[in-house]
Amino acid sequence: MSEAKQIAEEKSTNEPISSAKTITLRIAKFNPKHDSGAEFANFKVPYERWTTVLDAILDVKKHLDHSVAVRYSCRQASCGSCGMKINGRPRLACFTKISELNSDVITVEPMNNFPIVRDLVVNFERLFATHKKMQPFIIREDSEITSDTKEFLQTPEEHEKYIQFANCIKCGLCNSACPTMATDSSFMGPQALTQAYRYVADNRDKGKDKRLKIIDDSHGIWRCHFAGSCSQVCPKGVDPAMGIQLLRGYLLGFRK
Amino acid sequence: MRESIVMKVHYGTALGSVVLVAVHILFRLTMDFSESLQYENVVANYQFIPYAILLELVLILLSVHGFNGLRVILLELKQGRSYEKAVTYGCLAAMAGLIAYGSKTILMTSMGMT
Repeated sequence: MSEAKQIAEEKSTNEPISSAKTITLRIAKFNPKHDSGAEFANFKVPYERWTTVLDAILDVKKHLDHSVAVRYSCRQASCGSCGMKINGRPRLACFTKISELNSDVITVEPMNNFPIVRDLVVNFERLFATHKKMQPFIIREDSEITSDTKEFLQTPEEHEKYIQFANCIKCGLCNSACPTMATDSSFMGPQALTQAYRYVADNRDKGKDKRLKIIDDSHGIWRCHFAGSCSQVCPKGVDPAMGIQLLRGYLLGFRK
Repeated sequence: MRESIVMKVHYGTALGSVVLVAVHILFRLTMDFSESLQYENVVANYQFIPYAILLELVLILLSVHGFNGLRVILLELKQGRSYEKAVTYGCLAAMAGLIAYGSKTILMTSMGMT
């Protein structure tokens, strides 16, 4: 069968694209300055097969309720701005298609474990502070820039050790899904701990001891219960739970 | 003390407890279970010095592991400098108290002071 014929057949079997389909979008509305609790506002929103939850929210914002507060930027799962709870699970709104949710009602709420600024917008201050605490940069005395030093080359194996952890976009979904974060307000969180591992595992970095000292705290790495929910929700395929366990290996002396 | 040292002790005491409790259970299999709980047999166990040492070790390992576990749970429930200090020292005191009380029983029974 020729490729063209196959494509034509595929097209004929697909459902006709129509915007007649609608869903009920329930948006949590809450302003901590005025409201005592969140209330849900319901909107009927038309959608196509490719419509994302963020598209639907922006549609509501444009046509039905201008006051909905939502943070977004790139719309392609690169900036990590539009993290929210969609039907109870932390996801990126721009990376979640309505059609994949298989539900006529879609509930969007702000992420757990973050202070709410308004509606769907949460405060990332703590996330960024703990991330910064991990010293997320290569620490070493010499530099690639100075003329008498060489480029810091790595073998593919050395690169493989940390590269998936470098994909973190700091969207905060892992911290939102973490059960320890829910009760321990001082816990560093999977995002920061994973970033610590990302640099500890990088053979160009010389700041391992410094970072291990930072995470070896009563609210540090040891408070992770390995629930694994952080890895389940990561939109970039990072496995923070594994990163944390590998990092523990350094502190327990299994890894050097 | 660094948290990694505390947690190494925590994991070590867990492993040690599993081994020693297994030995303790195996000792129960040397006779009928109901027979092993009879007063004379229990006292005889305490007066058998290696077995008394085993019981003392089980007591210490489980107390250290258990009270550190409790400390961890309480630290995760609530945070705050004074609260955390109270929890840490409270758990240490309770652990020491339990070990002292248990050791007193083991020592007195093994010395025949029943």
